[in-house]
Amino acid sequence: MQALRGLLRKEWYHVLRDRRTLAVVLLMPVLQVVLFGFAIRTDVKDVRLALVVPRPDVATRELAARFEATDLFRVVRVLPNTAPLQPLFARGTIQQAVVFDADFGERMARGLPARIQLITDAAEPNTGTAMQAYASALVQEYEREQRARAGAVRILPQTRMRFNPTRESSNLFVPGLMAFVLTILASLMTAISLSREKEMGTMEVLLVSPLRPLDIIAGKVAPYLVLGFASVVLVLVEARLVFRVPLRGSPTLLLAEGVLYILASLALGILIAARTSSQRVAMTAAIAGTMLPNVMLSGFIFPIESMPVPLRVISHVVPARWFVEVARGIMLKGVGLEVLWQETAALAAITLVLLAASVRSFHIRLE
Amino acid sequence: MRRILILAWAEVLHVVRDRVTLAQVLLIPLVQLLVLANAATFAIRDTPTYVVDLDRSPISRSLIARFAESGHFRIVGHSSSLALAERSLLEGRVTMVLSIPARFERTLVRESAADVQLVMNAEKGTAAGIVQSYAGRILAAYADELGRTLQPSPRTLAPVGEEAPPQRGAPRIEVRPRSWFNPTLDYKHYMVPGILVVLVTIIGTLMTAQNIAREKELGTLEQLNVTPITRGQFIAGKLLPFWGLAMLELALGLAVAKLAFGIPMRGSLVLLFAVAAVYLVAALGLGLWISTVVETQQQAMLVSLFVLILYLLMSGLYTPVDSMPRWVQWLAEANPVKHFVQVARAILVKGAGPLEVARPVGALVLFAVGILTLALRQYRKTSV
Repeated sequence: MQALRGLLRKEWYHVLRDRRTLAVVLLMPVLQVVLFGFAIRTDVKDVRLALVVPRPDVATRELAARFEATDLFRVVRVLPNTAPLQPLFARGTIQQAVVFDADFGERMARGLPARIQLITDAAEPNTGTAMQAYASALVQEYEREQRARAGAVRILPQTRMRFNPTRESSNLFVPGLMAFVLTILASLMTAISLSREKEMGTMEVLLVSPLRPLDIIAGKVAPYLVLGFASVVLVLVEARLVFRVPLRGSPTLLLAEGVLYILASLALGILIAARTSSQRVAMTAAIAGTMLPNVMLSGFIFPIESMPVPLRVISHVVPARWFVEVARGIMLKGVGLEVLWQETAALAAITLVLLAASVRSFHIRLE
Repeated sequence: MRRILILAWAEVLHVVRDRVTLAQVLLIPLVQLLVLANAATFAIRDTPTYVVDLDRSPISRSLIARFAESGHFRIVGHSSSLALAERSLLEGRVTMVLSIPARFERTLVRESAADVQLVMNAEKGTAAGIVQSYAGRILAAYADELGRTLQPSPRTLAPVGEEAPPQRGAPRIEVRPRSWFNPTLDYKHYMVPGILVVLVTIIGTLMTAQNIAREKELGTLEQLNVTPITRGQFIAGKLLPFWGLAMLELALGLAVAKLAFGIPMRGSLVLLFAVAAVYLVAALGLGLWISTVVETQQQAMLVSLFVLILYLLMSGLYTPVDSMPRWVQWLAEANPVKHFVQVARAILVKGAGPLEVARPVGALVLFAVGILTLALRQYRKTSV
């Protein structure tokens, strides 16, 4: 116990003395959340739109006015025919074109089906689908109003957007971003700190001491756990103040889950350091083992339910996946353990397995 | 020239001999390509939907059938309890709740207008908007169909057995969507060119930065410094092998992209490689510059990691640059990754020619010249 306390103090000094690293560790997540919180979004706004109106009349004018009235679209060109569309699309001047048929207004007036072509730059299918959906929703709304005027049958959808009524991107991405920045920090820093001792030979000194492997690991992990907790709090405050992401559930539960998640990341870092021989290999492994799955398989940016089955299966062992779900559940939906117990159990199980594996692979002897 | 080649050859030997690094260089990008291309999609498959039918009339039932048949919705729960629906929504088992109020059919027949309620999990805001428009389309089509049976105008009454002609007097707009450049909306066509960029960037920047930092750490840089080699020769010799390696990786990646994912190659490959050659100078120059400001490999890795994350996440690779706020878009102008991602996509997917990509290529040239000058000025042959 005495020895462990000594080690803890030594590790703590290490962390505190290296001011530059300390600043990086504490500030990097905060900085990244600000930057990426603003940059990572999938909102479709300000779509550069061209209207092709062969024969302007009341109906086309009304519909064109609709497109101009929302901040979803910005009409940048009004053309008489479709000939100039191709180069405009290729240069990226426009992203979407609404092409009215020549007899659009006439058919509207006579109660015949009137036609619109909606051409979308779908090179980027994500935005392409969204732009198409938004434009067609706008046309639908106009159509419903026209039908109401004519007394035709219509079914009116009353839509409620739950959990994120403004459909703000940062509400979705900031909770996920927390998982991303925390793992990089926790896994990378522990992996480096341990493999540096190995490389510099100071690990031998620790190994011949009466400390058990478990003690060494505890001593290494403790300072980073504290730092990790501090950055969770910082990032949460930031999410609230800068991005106004709601925190509808219990803050205590969120912090507890955060500690659980950091533990998992730290354990991963130890495992990597124990299994690799040099800092360089450890760092590359840490990056490959944390960054890639964190961005790709956690559901942080890309929804898991859209992935093919094998990747969905793999995502179950990615701790970030569970933390992202928990964080979104607590922050946006305001649910507690009664709903999130499965995710929490999965996260706890992964943490235990990683911790056990890292303790086991941490040898007290040198090869 | 001979000196440059000798140094470059030494570097090639180093890379080939170091199996771990070689494996990292070749495998990580390949895994990225295979996994990321499949994972990176916002495609909205059949939305899990809960139906609360309080009307239980023929019309409400057939409306529900329309949703189920549309291919956009999958009905996973069905009851007359709003509380149960709410619970499924909270647990995340369903994304949308469609509830049809009592007396829906009667209202519809009498007033020819009736409400249905759509409750949407809007956490994923953009996706919620798309699902909403799918639902709207189904409702509009069904209303139009009902219109023909509920209020048939005498003039257009169809003979038995024939489909009713369009109802006169009820305005209807047919929207025909066209997706240009990617008609099948295949996400891989879009992601793969971007991922190729990541491959060459990681090799270019990370490996260069680390390589020189390692020579610093091992002290072999000093040995080079006392040789008559000039700064320019040293840098050229260092950059050349990695430049070649990255070009090779690009060719490999393109082959994999073509064979495994069948991505289109509409534009000229020569143009793509020419732009890649310029871009790589920028990426390598960045790595070189990082190596001049750091002392150890660890610092080199941390700094390049930070810069790369920043560049990649803000490059439009994962999320569109058009969605970013103005000030971030301005920042992105200084991001070479963004420009090359844009060029690669334009050439491969849209078949853009030299004229269309002139602007981003200009930005790349500027960046390459700037960063190389900076790195050259920072690099000192004398040790302090």
